[in-house]
Amino acid sequence: MIELKNVHKYFGHLHVLKGITNKVEQGEVVVIIGPSGSGKSTLLRCINYLEEPTEGEIVVDGIKLNHSATNINRVRQEVGMVFQSFNLFPHMTVLENITLAPRKVRRLPAAEAEEIARELLAKVGLSEKADAYPRQLSGGQQQRVAIARALAMRPKVMLFDEPTSALDPEMIGEVLDVMKQLARDGMTMVVVTHEMGFAREVGDRVIFMDDGRIVEEGKPEEIFQNPKNERTQAFLSKIL
Amino acid sequence: MNWSVVPPILPLLFIGVRVTVTITLLSVLTGLIIGTFVGMARLAKNPLLFWPATIYVEFIRGTPLLVQLVLVYYALPQAIGVNLPPMLAGWLAFSLNSGAYVSEIVRAGIQSIDRGQTEAARSLGMTFAQAMRYIILPQAFRNIMPALGNEFITLLKDSALMSTIAVPELMRYGQMMVGRKAEPFPIYITVGAIYLALTLPLSLVVRRMERRLAKGDRA
Repeated sequence: MIELKNVHKYFGHLHVLKGITNKVEQGEVVVIIGPSGSGKSTLLRCINYLEEPTEGEIVVDGIKLNHSATNINRVRQEVGMVFQSFNLFPHMTVLENITLAPRKVRRLPAAEAEEIARELLAKVGLSEKADAYPRQLSGGQQQRVAIARALAMRPKVMLFDEPTSALDPEMIGEVLDVMKQLARDGMTMVVVTHEMGFAREVGDRVIFMDDGRIVEEGKPEEIFQNPKNERTQAFLSKIL
Repeated sequence: MNWSVVPPILPLLFIGVRVTVTITLLSVLTGLIIGTFVGMARLAKNPLLFWPATIYVEFIRGTPLLVQLVLVYYALPQAIGVNLPPMLAGWLAFSLNSGAYVSEIVRAGIQSIDRGQTEAARSLGMTFAQAMRYIILPQAFRNIMPALGNEFITLLKDSALMSTIAVPELMRYGQMMVGRKAEPFPIYITVGAIYLALTLPLSLVVRRMERRLAKGDRA
């Protein structure tokens, strides 16, 4: 589903990604962990070209990413993204937030887009909030709407960039529950997170990144119980 | 000083008011269209968009409006051989002028919107134009309404300059009446009062919009 070949990213002189090669299979849930500044968010953002890799190759769903705008927009339609800061559109209701892209990008009729939106709102448990504005919702509710908004495009892959990091602790659970359900439904997911419980419960594979490189990867139980690399050990001892 | 000359000429002055308001409105609307595109061009990475837009804005902001007005009215015909009627010349010059100032307002408005909004829109597969149209500009325009209101007020007052190219607006009518009645003080005071009566309510509206935005009343 996603193939990364020797991906490098520089911000000016800063070398953020130092040759990432990896593969995500269809239906796989991959959790990326690592200290801040390790490049995990940048890697995620490269997958839908919010950041342009300086070097290397990225193939998503058989489409090789390059500079052409049509190509990038096509890939983005297949790749949903959920941000740390939700990024809902504040001037639109919840329903409008969810239906906008299906209508304007996928060119679905308004009625069909709305049907999909209501279905997804029910799935994330927010049916009664369809006509609310984002500012009237709690952080956890906003993030669940953001997930529904991304899902409305019927993406083949979902990317999560620290989706619970901006939430009050009591709201983290409701967002993780939605993500767990999504994983059980067979969605291909790449998740950057500090929620180790989530990684253990639904992750098929955990990738530990440090200093722009993939240091170690494996099944969650291997990584958490028996990390081989000393940097992985040091990181896990700090957060577990 | 004879104030009794004022009431009889009021109907004529109000004809001028109609022209003043109409041409200002038209210029602001045209300026808004120009300014929206130029404002976006000023944020573009492409030098073919950025540089022409920047040169345009710097030229307009760095030269007097009166000079721009006479350039369009007196100099342009000599260059291209087409004589523009005063109203058209005034509308053109004022639209170009306000387009430059509005573009700076629009640019600031776009920059005031969180980057995450663009990223969310683009990550949903929207094109740059779609993201601008549905996500960024609606929010930006809401934030810049007070600044646009102030631009409208400025332009309304500056439209008095059009009297120099014989556009029959309020100031021009005032001058003609002074020529006829030889009572400059009462007539110009009246003209000034009419401008004030036009701008004062607008200022109040702008101040109210500013207060609402300051309170963080969103969407």
